[in-house]
Amino acid sequence: MNLIRFQTPGLAAFAELSSLRNEMDRLFEAPLSELARTSHFLSGSAPALDIYEDKDNFVVKVELPGMKKEDIEVSLHDGSLSISGERKSEQKLENAQTHRTERFFGRFQRTVNLPAPVAADKVSGQYKDGILTVTLPKAEEAKPKQIDVQAN
Amino acid sequence: MQTTLEKQVNNRPAYEEYVAPNVNIFETPEGYVLQAEMPGVAKDGLEITLEGTEITIVGRRAPEAAVGETLFRERSVADYRRVFELDPAIDTAKVSAKIEQGILTVTLPKSERVKPRKITVD
Repeated sequence: MNLIRFQTPGLAAFAELSSLRNEMDRLFEAPLSELARTSHFLSGSAPALDIYEDKDNFVVKVELPGMKKEDIEVSLHDGSLSISGERKSEQKLENAQTHRTERFFGRFQRTVNLPAPVAADKVSGQYKDGILTVTLPKAEEAKPKQIDVQAN
Repeated sequence: MQTTLEKQVNNRPAYEEYVAPNVNIFETPEGYVLQAEMPGVAKDGLEITLEGTEITIVGRRAPEAAVGETLFRERSVADYRRVFELDPAIDTAKVSAKIEQGILTVTLPKSERVKPRKITVD
């Protein structure tokens, strides 16, 4: 379901072996979605995403910490929503020595197929606290309808 | 098996009470800069504690308005927590922090006495 980011095999792989063991242990304990979110091996560069539905809308939330609004691209095509962009690193520090680099920088893309048609012209997005929320109002024909029962 | 899975969805099991945020740590002659990814955390959700030789970072997710039913979920609901050991060279009185779009930046300056300085020769 998730694409795994390619990583050059090398010394770093050895350092990850012990955490691989932890992952194996957790594999049997955690629900799969939870695992994909927290696992370093499985999540790669794909940002975590939630989809919610209520009577009138689909709501998609994506974790995109530290981005600029301009670097996020949201598009809708044939009933599938695509969220892409580039996570850029903040300005480089001078004479800096690096102790840890766990954050991901680079391009990412997620595409989800929406279960029902949406009103493409009414889709809106909001970016706050590093979370992108896309609200997609359902198309009129996809909304549940109340039918009045006539009694004679 | 099924019951175990349901239980974990309904009550959060102990191991996912907190998740460790991904961090980048840089050191310059002036001090350290720590960046932690905590999407969903606003300024009021942050707790940064300096105690002894450790710094503890806790980020609590801002409450989100519930929307209908969940179709698909990957995001964790757990709060963030991570502890780091401090270099004794850090001047703990001057540590500062800010959070912007889910990135926490903690600046930990080194105390004056350990900073490299040039001596002018008369």
